[in-house]
Amino acid sequence: MPRLVSHPEEVKVVSRRFGQGATDIERYIELDGYKAVRQALEQGPDWIIAQMKASNLRGRGGAGFPTGMKWSFVPKQSEKPKYVLVNGDESEPGTCKDHLIFLHDPHSVIEGTIIAGLAIGAKLGFIYLRGEYRYLLKIMEKAIADAYAKGFLGKGIFGSNFDFDIVSQTGAGAYEVGEESALMESLEGKRGIPRIKPPFPAVVGLYGGPTVINNAETIASVSHILNMGPEAYANLGSPRNGGTRLFCISGHAERNGVYELPMGYNLKKMIYEVAGGIRGGRQLKAVVPGGSSTPVLLASEIDIGMDFDQVGKAGSMLGSGGVVVLDDTVCMVEFALRTIQFYQHESCGWCIPCREGTDWLKKTLTRFHAGGGEAKDIDNIRYLAENMLGRTFCPLGDAAAMPTIAFVKKFRQEFEDHLNGKPCAYGRSPESQTLAPALVEVS
Amino acid sequence: MADVTLTVDGKTITAPAGTLLIEACRKVGIEIPAFCYYPGLSLQAACRMCLVRIEKIPKLQTACTTPIAEGMIVATETDEIKQARKAMLELVLANHPLDCPVCDAGGECELQDMTFKYGAGGSQFVEIKNHRDEQQWSPVVFFDRPRCILCYRCVRVCNEGMDVAALGIQQRNAGSVIAPNDQTSLDCEQCGMCIDICPVGALTSDTYRYKTRPWEMTHVGTICTHCGDGCKTTLGVRRSDDGMQIVRGDNRDKSGLNGEFLCVKGRYAFDFANNTERLTQPLVRQPNGEFAPVSWEDAIQVVAQKFRAARDERGGSGIGVIGSTRITNEEAYLLQKTARSAFGTNNIDHHRTTDYVRFTRALAGQDHRMAGISDSISAPAIFVLGNDPTEQHPLLAWNLRTNVRHNSARVYLANHREIKLRHQAKPFVQISGNSYGKFVNFLGGASEPFGEDAAAIRDALRNEPNLLIIFGSELRGDAIDAMVKFGLSLPDAKFACLGDYVNSRGAADMGLYPDLLPGYQPVDGESTVRTEYGSRFPRQAGLDMGQMFEAASRNELAALYVVGDDPVERLGVSAQALRNTFVVVQDMFMTATAKLADVILPTANLYEKSGTVTNTFGDLQQVKKAADRAGVRSDLELIVRIADTMGEDVRTLVPFGKGVRADMGQSRGAQSGEADRHGIWLAAHDLEPKLSPFDPNAILDEIQRLVPGYDFDRIDLLAGNSQHVEPDGSGLVQISQTASRPDGVIPSGDTLFTSGTLGRYSEKLNEVEVFQAKKSMATAG
Repeated sequence: MPRLVSHPEEVKVVSRRFGQGATDIERYIELDGYKAVRQALEQGPDWIIAQMKASNLRGRGGAGFPTGMKWSFVPKQSEKPKYVLVNGDESEPGTCKDHLIFLHDPHSVIEGTIIAGLAIGAKLGFIYLRGEYRYLLKIMEKAIADAYAKGFLGKGIFGSNFDFDIVSQTGAGAYEVGEESALMESLEGKRGIPRIKPPFPAVVGLYGGPTVINNAETIASVSHILNMGPEAYANLGSPRNGGTRLFCISGHAERNGVYELPMGYNLKKMIYEVAGGIRGGRQLKAVVPGGSSTPVLLASEIDIGMDFDQVGKAGSMLGSGGVVVLDDTVCMVEFALRTIQFYQHESCGWCIPCREGTDWLKKTLTRFHAGGGEAKDIDNIRYLAENMLGRTFCPLGDAAAMPTIAFVKKFRQEFEDHLNGKPCAYGRSPESQTLAPALVEVS
Repeated sequence: MADVTLTVDGKTITAPAGTLLIEACRKVGIEIPAFCYYPGLSLQAACRMCLVRIEKIPKLQTACTTPIAEGMIVATETDEIKQARKAMLELVLANHPLDCPVCDAGGECELQDMTFKYGAGGSQFVEIKNHRDEQQWSPVVFFDRPRCILCYRCVRVCNEGMDVAALGIQQRNAGSVIAPNDQTSLDCEQCGMCIDICPVGALTSDTYRYKTRPWEMTHVGTICTHCGDGCKTTLGVRRSDDGMQIVRGDNRDKSGLNGEFLCVKGRYAFDFANNTERLTQPLVRQPNGEFAPVSWEDAIQVVAQKFRAARDERGGSGIGVIGSTRITNEEAYLLQKTARSAFGTNNIDHHRTTDYVRFTRALAGQDHRMAGISDSISAPAIFVLGNDPTEQHPLLAWNLRTNVRHNSARVYLANHREIKLRHQAKPFVQISGNSYGKFVNFLGGASEPFGEDAAAIRDALRNEPNLLIIFGSELRGDAIDAMVKFGLSLPDAKFACLGDYVNSRGAADMGLYPDLLPGYQPVDGESTVRTEYGSRFPRQAGLDMGQMFEAASRNELAALYVVGDDPVERLGVSAQALRNTFVVVQDMFMTATAKLADVILPTANLYEKSGTVTNTFGDLQQVKKAADRAGVRSDLELIVRIADTMGEDVRTLVPFGKGVRADMGQSRGAQSGEADRHGIWLAAHDLEPKLSPFDPNAILDEIQRLVPGYDFDRIDLLAGNSQHVEPDGSGLVQISQTASRPDGVIPSGDTLFTSGTLGRYSEKLNEVEVFQAKKSMATAG
């Protein structure tokens, strides 16, 4: 089990039961578990949605869509069954927060799923775990079984006349199915490719029924919001960015790990105080603020609040909360290559620009980093990425294009340093196959 | 739906709400490029070629998935969009091999055309392209992965259009690959639609690959010679050592009543024409019993002398004539006319595969009750009783599937087998093979123990206001009457009766019957035909096919003229039976009948002649000569020459030379195609002089004039469209014996991979049949 980190600056909401033995249902109940859902049962759907809206909770998967609004889009009347779908396909490099939730607090996901079900009138929820998180499935399944045994799931939950079931499922190992519609395809047993939108899942989702699909952290936040009250939750964060967020700090920080900090928390402070600065006292070179798909920030650009709006203003994205810290030993060309290797590998292959673009970028960057680059390659890499951006079927193409553009734009000199067969200034010979450290390091 | 108005490139467009932007634009002449978008198939938005700018939406949008909305302002050809398309092409071409000079699709490739238009001529891509070796998936389908641009058209046409689902996608990213769902080969109907629909040369056919360049072929639109659906096929022909050879069959221009559809036979089974066993010299049996090749003049001389002698010595009743279901209407008409007016006999028959006579009689006096095949793609409800359209009428099956998919048509099905079309049917009722008659009576109200599903069908059918009733040859005699009677009790039901071969219906309509004249007129009644056919034309009905062979075995048949049929094989006629009959066979091959002949005249097939055919739905279509083979003659020519040599007046037999010369001597632009159109106009208005007795148009004039029901728009027919003909059975009702006359029906029993005699000589069809049989055995065992 990964070592948990802690820091006095943390505001523990979602992570408050981490390390407390809350996988045990009795322990979970002791720690205020299954309280919010009872209240939700009493108050009814409109009240739940009003609470969610007031909390300013925004989706923790990366796009930051207001959760209360998402739930309110689901039609009240529907011929087809409605569903709640928990997106636990946490795959964005640099991100490892949902993993901890499933590991330490699975019941908070179950409780949040039931509440979402009550809010939209669904009777069935699915908890979809990333394929590589197969080892967490046992924990999740035990939690679901315990909840059934208690009468919290199944017919007439908590003694009410409301039925609710939960099914858990793992993926088969594809980043692409983190995209909500691809996840639904996968869950339906099909090839994991995204769907054409509209219609959006709230109207036509899983098996054609109206579906609310939320990130696991979002769902885990729900019971806490009801328990503490939406205003109190909202006030923890910054304007229009309610609550706290699990930030996953990785790379060259002194104390990597997952920290729960208020939305809007200063990035510089996060790295230098919470995470203890740069390892070995080296210089910070750059920060990827929200998972590998978000454009890189220079060391000079990190004095910003970490919420959706402020990071957006700085030209990047808050994304999934994966903060990757890069010190001055990192070759940015190699880092760009490592990033594009991931997206090339994970492209589902459906649309031309993503399928061919990532493949081309990977080939070019491989040759380039190995010392075979020509001056025109630098512009060509940028040209390719710019011609993928905004033109792919789903956001994966953007996820590959955005960081690539930023690397070339912000570190052009490093690209130029690789020209003419010069050895990589960062100690790796052009022939070296060794790549930058893996983006995610869970200790 | 209500109309909405939008602006595209400054043009105001009005179209029904919900129309896809790409379609709305195409209707007003704004072409938005696309690879993956394909009308009629599900949407993909994968190729990203159709990106357009819609005001107030931040990203470029795919026109193929965007429904139009009121007030939408769209730009389709800005610099930004052109750049996006150019970049998309650069990306596709990054891994696409530039082997265009040898690629089958070179010259008719959508990727080439698109690259030409958007000018992605240069590439920054210097890396090695991803390569995979070519694969063979079936006797007819090859796959070249590097050329594939992953538009998924093949996967969709197989899943959605064919309901076969033989293709899927494997792997992901740049390694994504179209692959057979069944290991490494295709378990399917081998229709080749995947090849046809491929925008590039990724899927190629064994019959065409690396054979020729598209521009080296002449493309001729004619009618497939196989089943009774009568699909239009565009044959690509090329000069060969002994004529013009067919190298490709498709219908990529989507013309004709089948749109783009062709089945395995239409697409590949033209190769019988190139079979090495094809006869190309007239053969006359010598006193030693062996065949010897002779000149055409000699062969025809022998035939004419013997026929004339037989007629003059034994009377017309001593001659028998058997026609074919694969000759043109003109040939069938001329054959019976020659038999009746020149030979003086009514001993005329053909291989009957369904009872058109009873069907026509049942609908006597009704108008517009016979369905055209196009009705099957638009009718709101269809009842199919008997037959297996997937195997025997592939176009009908395609139409029904399309109708269900696009229009949610209701298909009701009753059959003694679990036929594949049951997937589209709700409900499907399985009945026993000998209970079709009872089932029809049950529909009409009789109480029979068919169970709840059958009762549900019956009740549902009774509430269908526009039902299309299609039945196979399982229905005979009184069952046809009962079926039609039931249908006529519904408000606007239409009917179709399924026969097996390309001109089965035409053979029937043209009067290849011993008791019926063209248009189902009784042979003993008064008609224009009677007055025109002259004094030799007997009043009494002649012998049917079985009776002819019985007569022969009794030495009562002096001569037998078999045109394009193999009754000896089908009926198991013994050589003994024909020992005293002079047998003339016109055929392409040494069939069982030909082996017993005294003279064999090698003939052209439907792809090598002109004329018209009528499909089983009564859709009349023009056949155009595409291929040519040295050493063979059309049946039309041979009939005329035999009659001529017998001393008949050819001008009476074939009304040629009656036209008025009216070209005014104007020269027409050959390059513009105007000459062709002008030619059609002249022919349609009977102004083109028919200078030859071998011109089928001369016979068509007479058919149009004398055959009841063959009342059609000549110019429309000659322009390549189908004309629906509907003979009236009123004459049949007057004669009581037609109700009890033997139908003589022998269904061909063909499957998707067989096609009577022709099928046996199609190597490709045989290869596919064996391949699929092995597949089925592997699946079963």
